[in-house]
Amino acid sequence: MQSFQLKRADNVTQATELGGVRSGGTPEATATSTRFLAGGTTLLDLMKLDVERPQQVIDIHRLPLAQVVATEDGGVLIGATVRNADLANHPLIKARYAALSQALLSGASAQLRNMATTGGNLMQRTRCVYFRDVASPCNKRMPGSGCPAIDGYNRNLAVLGTSDQCIATNPSDMNVALSAFEATIHVESARGKRSIAIDDFFLLPGKTPQNENVLASGELITHVTLPRPTPGNRSAYLKLRDRASYEFALASTAVVATVSAGRIEHVRIALGGVGVKPWRSREAEAILAGQAPGAAVFRAAAEAAVQSAQPQSMNGFKIELVKRCIEHTLDLTTQAT
Amino acid sequence: MTKDLNRPDQSDDEEGTLFERVTRRAFLTRVGAAGAAVGAGQLHAVAFAETAEAPVHDAPAAGATTHVRLNVNGQVHDLDIDPRTTLLDCVRDHLKLMGTKKGCDHGQCGACTVHVDGRRVNSCLSLAATHEGEMIRTIEGVGQPGALHPMQAAFVEHDGFQCGYCTSGQIMSAVALLDEPYGHTDEEVKEAMSGNICRCGAYSNIVSAIQQVRRKA
Repeated sequence: MQSFQLKRADNVTQATELGGVRSGGTPEATATSTRFLAGGTTLLDLMKLDVERPQQVIDIHRLPLAQVVATEDGGVLIGATVRNADLANHPLIKARYAALSQALLSGASAQLRNMATTGGNLMQRTRCVYFRDVASPCNKRMPGSGCPAIDGYNRNLAVLGTSDQCIATNPSDMNVALSAFEATIHVESARGKRSIAIDDFFLLPGKTPQNENVLASGELITHVTLPRPTPGNRSAYLKLRDRASYEFALASTAVVATVSAGRIEHVRIALGGVGVKPWRSREAEAILAGQAPGAAVFRAAAEAAVQSAQPQSMNGFKIELVKRCIEHTLDLTTQAT
Repeated sequence: MTKDLNRPDQSDDEEGTLFERVTRRAFLTRVGAAGAAVGAGQLHAVAFAETAEAPVHDAPAAGATTHVRLNVNGQVHDLDIDPRTTLLDCVRDHLKLMGTKKGCDHGQCGACTVHVDGRRVNSCLSLAATHEGEMIRTIEGVGQPGALHPMQAAFVEHDGFQCGYCTSGQIMSAVALLDEPYGHTDEEVKEAMSGNICRCGAYSNIVSAIQQVRRKA
């Protein structure tokens, strides 16, 4: 692990000042040389592998951002340093955003969920083996060096949103549920505050797979908000993987659906394990809107979700797997109980 | 030499040898240091080659330390440590609490599980210097020979281990589990314990031990 200066921030202003441009440094240099440390479950792991080599680490785990509170408009505000375990078990989340609780509890282990935070989970990096191995080329880690995954071990990697530069999967479960609930991410820096819809937060790899999100240098995620749930909705997160627990998704689906008078009135679908980012499928949603729930329309929605899928040498199975995952999750959320 | 089976903390160190009284830990430490010296030389060469291309900022010199006051098992320790020191390396190498084990060192095996403010965490993925003011508990703070925690006694009774390397992490997880919102079934226990890997495969006995303690709790 490369040496670094460890600094502790006790409030957001302190954190954003420390994370801002340092004297003599450019914003670009600060972006790669400074990291905010919350739970550490991704960052320290990657620092040990020399994938992350920050020169300044700002400990933000004591920031007063660990609250989950109902908002006036009927939604919920989730602080950036809320632990994944606390969020998953929060009564408000369990009651009104069930798929988010299920997604969080399906991720990692009890120990890691006690450490990992909302903000950190949004910043989780890919598990692509070439990204994690500094002896390998990787366009995400060393732009322009190549992508060995495309002709190599790509069983766990993405089939949606890939480019000829990168096929890395976003590994998070939480982000998939947040996408289905149409979360907004709130960030702050020394330059001010802004809010970003989750769908706009993550970037496609394209020719610049090193850029994974729209955060600018020194910007700190302070909280996430979820809108008021549609009345009468049901939500579920289904995760398919190589073992029953403590494993990343091969394919997963979060569905939030409201059925009224036998018709699907409102539905949001997001996929995990198959996309380069948490994958909202508006194509599948469009097929389902206004339809009566049933196997045929679920299959049509699943087909629409993977229409643009690009299989690699080892991960073609994910296309059928995610289709069945979508159908099953739609069953769980729309069929009469 | 006879081993005192009630002192598992000693069994590591006090194996007799045929030729000289070199403890296993002392031997491994010396061999490890020699190995590390070779490794460090190679790593340094790589780092040097890379810094020639990478932009150089004001990274602190290796060897700079930071001060931290840690409360471990109710004892306060004032330490000057490299900021890179994980909580795991800190309790083992600085505080000589060898009950906490290093397995994968990447949060994948659970051998390093300790409690921070009553909650189980992977100590390998946490920087020691960030834990000032928090209550850290290691296996040494859970029970002692002659005064075992009920979970430790249950692991003994149910044979919840073979080689024992994962055991302190398993027990730290199991003790924390008692205060977590899991259901009563064996399936729930298996899910709750999935972050602790046992290569010997003592899982069924571990579940039995945990369920016995939960039923009595």
